Amino acid sequence: MDSQGSSFDHVVRAPEDPILGVTVAYNKDQSPVKLNLGVGAYRTEEGKPLVLNVVRQAEHSLVNDKARVKEYLPIVGLAEFNKLSAKLIFGSDSSAIQDNRVVTVQCLSGTGSLRVGGEFLAKHYHERTIYIPAPTWGNHPKVFTLAGLSVKTYRYYDPSTRGLDFQGLLEDLNSTPSGAIILFHACAHNPTGVDPTLEQWGQIRQLIRSRGLLPFFDSAYQGFASGSLDADAQSVRMFASDGGECVVAQSYAKNMGLYGERVGALSIVCKTADVAGRVESQVKLVIRPMYSNPPIHGASIVAAILKDRDLYNEWTIELKAMADRIISMRYQLFEALQARGTPGDWSHIIKQIGMFTFTGLNTEQVAFMTKEYHIYMTSDGRISMAGLSSRTVPHLADAIHAAVTKAA
Amino acid sequence: MAIMKVFSSRILSRITVPGARSMSSWWRSVNPAAKDPILGVTEAFLADPSPDKVNVGVGAYRDDNGKPVVLECVREAERRIAGNLNMEYLPMGGSLNMVQETLKLAYGENSELIKDKRIAAVQSLSGTGACRLFADFQKRFCPDSQIYIPVPTWANHHNIWRDAQVPQRTYHYYLPETRGLDFAALMDDVKNAPNGSFFLLHACAHNPTGVDPTEEQWQEISYQFKVKGHFAFFDMAYQGFASGDPEKDARSIRIFLEDGHLIGISQSYAKNMGLYGQRVGCLSVLCEDEKQAIAVKSQLQQLARPMYSNPPVHGALIVSTILGDPDLKKLWLKEVKGMADRIIGMRTALRANVEKLGSTSSWRHITDQQIGMFCYSGLTPEQVDRLTNEFRIYMTRNGRISMAGVTTGNVGYLANAIHEVTKSA
Repeated sequence: MDSQGSSFDHVVRAPEDPILGVTVAYNKDQSPVKLNLGVGAYRTEEGKPLVLNVVRQAEHSLVNDKARVKEYLPIVGLAEFNKLSAKLIFGSDSSAIQDNRVVTVQCLSGTGSLRVGGEFLAKHYHERTIYIPAPTWGNHPKVFTLAGLSVKTYRYYDPSTRGLDFQGLLEDLNSTPSGAIILFHACAHNPTGVDPTLEQWGQIRQLIRSRGLLPFFDSAYQGFASGSLDADAQSVRMFASDGGECVVAQSYAKNMGLYGERVGALSIVCKTADVAGRVESQVKLVIRPMYSNPPIHGASIVAAILKDRDLYNEWTIELKAMADRIISMRYQLFEALQARGTPGDWSHIIKQIGMFTFTGLNTEQVAFMTKEYHIYMTSDGRISMAGLSSRTVPHLADAIHAAVTKAA
Repeated sequence: MAIMKVFSSRILSRITVPGARSMSSWWRSVNPAAKDPILGVTEAFLADPSPDKVNVGVGAYRDDNGKPVVLECVREAERRIAGNLNMEYLPMGGSLNMVQETLKLAYGENSELIKDKRIAAVQSLSGTGACRLFADFQKRFCPDSQIYIPVPTWANHHNIWRDAQVPQRTYHYYLPETRGLDFAALMDDVKNAPNGSFFLLHACAHNPTGVDPTEEQWQEISYQFKVKGHFAFFDMAYQGFASGDPEKDARSIRIFLEDGHLIGISQSYAKNMGLYGQRVGCLSVLCEDEKQAIAVKSQLQQLARPMYSNPPVHGALIVSTILGDPDLKKLWLKEVKGMADRIIGMRTALRANVEKLGSTSSWRHITDQQIGMFCYSGLTPEQVDRLTNEFRIYMTRNGRISMAGVTTGNVGYLANAIHEVTKSA
């Protein structure tokens, strides 16, 4: 009997992921001075990944707890984790939480929270278009498209100032259909590192509320941007406390270093507790056919840390240290370029916030830096500051200087 | 930092937005969703204060004291991996190590197909995640196809293919009169389906009925699938759990492989390794050659990336630690057999108890025709309601009993209750 032909013979090979492909190329390079500034994962001064002390401690106590079992979590995940996550982003004094109008469900990190939120909106919200900033994290358009929404953009980054195109942003948000969903990065915009000021957030909020638009926040860097959990949540809290509704995706990948454990939470702030109850029941129907219930390990670690005062405090210290190291790298790189007299205004390096710097280098310059200096970064000119150390800053500064002065 | 304090929530709540549209909820028209029929049972059970309550609802294993179990091999694996070097992202396709070990379980330890790299495989979020990824993949690359689903099946199968927007059809499977397989009708449905149809098959220990085709019947099904050019997608959630022997439980899949079918498989470690909440599984699609497998895997990754980016690392580490260590693997196989044997023992005990009470109904099916975690008792929804309301016995209304919830301590009580609600039938 002949073996049947494949039902999937026509399937072509998909292109490499643009971000993860950088690490693939880096790994192949044999040069001793190679530098990986691609994917946004924190590295120590020694260039090593970091498991936070509080995470080790929490894991240790979990492993040793004989009473722990690995049963299924409820569809919405670990209840304690959900409560603590909501408090973390909205503030422990949040009136929305006190009024029981916040639905919080554990999801698979930021990506999973965005996808579940997007699918819920596609099924239950009356306006099925989401506006994302230009540029944004490469995965955003795919997440929302597969969730069933149509995706459009609004102006955000101004290459000529390497800052926020605030006028363009306001104009674009003023011309969306009423009720459209607007995606915001809560802080530390990826890839540009450019955030609105608090005053600008205030204006954005007024526009959103007056036009009846629905804000959807992606919070992947709370605590990582400024070093302060509360400061980095101000944009979200501004919206959550004005009586209106909003959607928030939280990730613990970076700020707790839990990357591969896939820990996150989706929150929907509703008008009333009754609405919140009904919304939660429908969110469960999105999750069940996707993966039934979320993974228990990472969420247990987060809950253990957030609920213990000592562990929580220790976490804030470790978090601030990571944020401070990144800020220090920014200053060192800026000063190194000043010292070399590299042409151009490089102040955006210290003005931009969070893990990434949008250097403004073009694809030719990036390719030059990879070829001649073994610097690996995404072709849009984004560098992960977390991949730098005091030891490697001079090499990067040399590469940028060479690219700017020599390359086309 | 002073400016931060100005924006305290007290002050913000007093800000009014001139000309704002009245901020009513977007979600007024959202109806409360129906409770999940399976997980809702456990919720109700937990809420019941009665000391006699029995949970034979959800399919999670319990020991003879009715307690959940963490396998020894799992505890040892966790000890070894605690204090791990890092928690970095896995690749989109998950842990290569874990996937390789998992393929060996399904396709055979020395499978040529694995050696020839013909299998596109990715780590998935347990069985649910594997099925959903496959359904999304099927929709994207065979957009005109439908999925044939057995009647009955695990309720979430319908949700999965529905959310993937793949139209569903059903095929005959369970015959209530015999409480066994409706083989003739099943074969008719296979023959009458258009050539090249996609079928969902339970590899072993069918959920919810416990009814599996015999080896001879699987041979016939495989043959007819060849004639019709059908695609077989196996959901294998209970390998090792049905007979106690993982090789034996994979027999249906091996028959199809021997016949040259290019199949797809969803594998789960939720039950057989007790890793429920860790969400560890694997989706594999057998291709014609390595090139095709690379292409298919890359496309599966493209579907995973916008769903969760990459799968969770912890559960995968547990699996690869166990399966990669010969001693731990041996221990695991022993523990799986132990679980399967206990369940087989409870089947025998339940049937014996009900028959002893003088039941005139036939309870042969509990031991002779059904296998695995679930027993399709044949009880009607009304009888199930009586079991719950009068006897505090919790199970799904389709009459499915999770044998894992039966213990030497409660089997008599359960048998008595079943007899009570059926004797007037």
